[in-house]
Amino acid sequence: MRISRPATLSLRAVALLYLALLLLLPLGVVFVRTFEHGIGTAWNWMTTPAAVSAFWLTVKLAAIAVPLNTIFGVGCALVLVRGHGRGRAVLDSLIDLPFVVSPVIVGLALILVYGEQGWFGKWFVQHGIPIIYSWPGMAIATIFVSLPFVVREVAPVLIEIGDEQEQAAATLGASSWQTFWRITLPSIRWGVAYGVVLTTARALGEIGAVLVVSSNVAGQTLTLPLLVNQRADQIGAGQITGAYSAATELAIMSLIVLLAMTVLGPRRPESR
Amino acid sequence: MSTSTSGYAATAPSATPRRRARRGAHTSGLGLGLCTLYMSVIVLIPLAAVVVQAFNQGLSTFWDSVTTTVSLRALGETLLAALIVAAIGAVMGTMVAWVLVRDQFPGKRFINALIDLPFALPTIVAGLTLLALYGPGSPVGIHLAYTRAAVIVALLFVTLPFVVRSVQPVLIELDQEVEEAAASLGASNAITFRRIVLPALRPSILSGAALAFARCVGEIGSLLLIVGKVQIASIVIFDDIEGDAPHAAASLSVVLLVLSLLILIGLRRLGGRVAH
Repeated sequence: MRISRPATLSLRAVALLYLALLLLLPLGVVFVRTFEHGIGTAWNWMTTPAAVSAFWLTVKLAAIAVPLNTIFGVGCALVLVRGHGRGRAVLDSLIDLPFVVSPVIVGLALILVYGEQGWFGKWFVQHGIPIIYSWPGMAIATIFVSLPFVVREVAPVLIEIGDEQEQAAATLGASSWQTFWRITLPSIRWGVAYGVVLTTARALGEIGAVLVVSSNVAGQTLTLPLLVNQRADQIGAGQITGAYSAATELAIMSLIVLLAMTVLGPRRPESR
Repeated sequence: MSTSTSGYAATAPSATPRRRARRGAHTSGLGLGLCTLYMSVIVLIPLAAVVVQAFNQGLSTFWDSVTTTVSLRALGETLLAALIVAAIGAVMGTMVAWVLVRDQFPGKRFINALIDLPFALPTIVAGLTLLALYGPGSPVGIHLAYTRAAVIVALLFVTLPFVVRSVQPVLIELDQEVEEAAASLGASNAITFRRIVLPALRPSILSGAALAFARCVGEIGSLLLIVGKVQIASIVIFDDIEGDAPHAAASLSVVLLVLSLLILIGLRRLGGRVAH
């Protein structure tokens, strides 16, 4: 279609204005609000014991969920694409469940199974291992919500590259372990990397599911998103600066994630 | 011959195709078992527990629980908000995708990268940004917080990438010669768009909008700070859990789960890939 210059310009203006109002303006306001009482005040809010503990808990949960889901994701993608067993179709259709289940339902589900009165929870409580209202439950919630990303990034790449090279390596006497490390993994690495970035983003930012299974005690079971929520809920002008400060920390993390997405995205074979 | 531990390369030089297939099936069965176990412990058993909790006092109790005024209003509010957001998102998302593909302007790559921001930004930060902008002490003098309008804006924010990222690749692949042919035969831009471009984009717009709709139905993070007294289903479930009413929470959850599953099945039919 040849579109006249004024029409092109007005379309561009409307689209960019929409993005500016929806994305840039609100983000800018948070940065402004964080530093309106000076960088020192914001820094103090970021370094309170509660904020430091929330930062490290957020990192810890991501450090548990991301490697587990990466190993599962690569293995599961291999099973789905290269496997022969029956039941793959069922697994394939169940993998996407965490994308469509509301995080608050995830929290409820985990309480019903791993809570004090839950199916498995009773056993854990008897053995002195608290899951719900403690970090292990928050870790399971984080694993749940970020589970499908690596599978969904790696599976199409595996289909794309085919298995001829793997067959050739095996014919030349490579064990399946050698074939995986030398042939398969190098070919799917950008897909894995992109999946890891998406998993990390989700793990760092999750709030709904984690909120339900956390005891919400500052310094113990608050992640950065939970800290933002708690500080923003508490009345008092000082607290709101604290909320903005924690939000700024998260926003900086997500800008790094966004940068990684922009760099890694085009390298995936799928996007070509 | 060493025994292989994974199915995808379970071949040995001397293996006949037949043996290969059999060994592959055996080892892949182990992998499938491990994957299913992981999925079960984390996802399937907990979700089953929600369904059991909803029905353990009988079907009629479940029915009573989901037909209370509170539940029905929550479902109505949620579906209405999701529909509005999916509709606005479909129009604006298609427009943004069009500008990003067919228009040339400085800073386009930056804008393109920015589209993924809602996927990268924690949803509670999204909620806080809207509170900063439209809440008490709003710098622009607009007070939307704690209203339905605020819910709509929050949901538009978190679902922005779905339609854009679903339409963009289709628009890039679209053959412009057909459009030129239509134009040379005297079709106006409006007719070319309606008859040529839109039909080609329709499946991708629909699947993007369906993903946005599904996300809206379950969204909670971006709404926590700005929802006020608007009765969105996920918030009602959260309040039920906090108020120690697991049965009510589980019953409403089952309705949302069924809704999400229907959308998932619909998307499969559409051939759309579920992402994010």
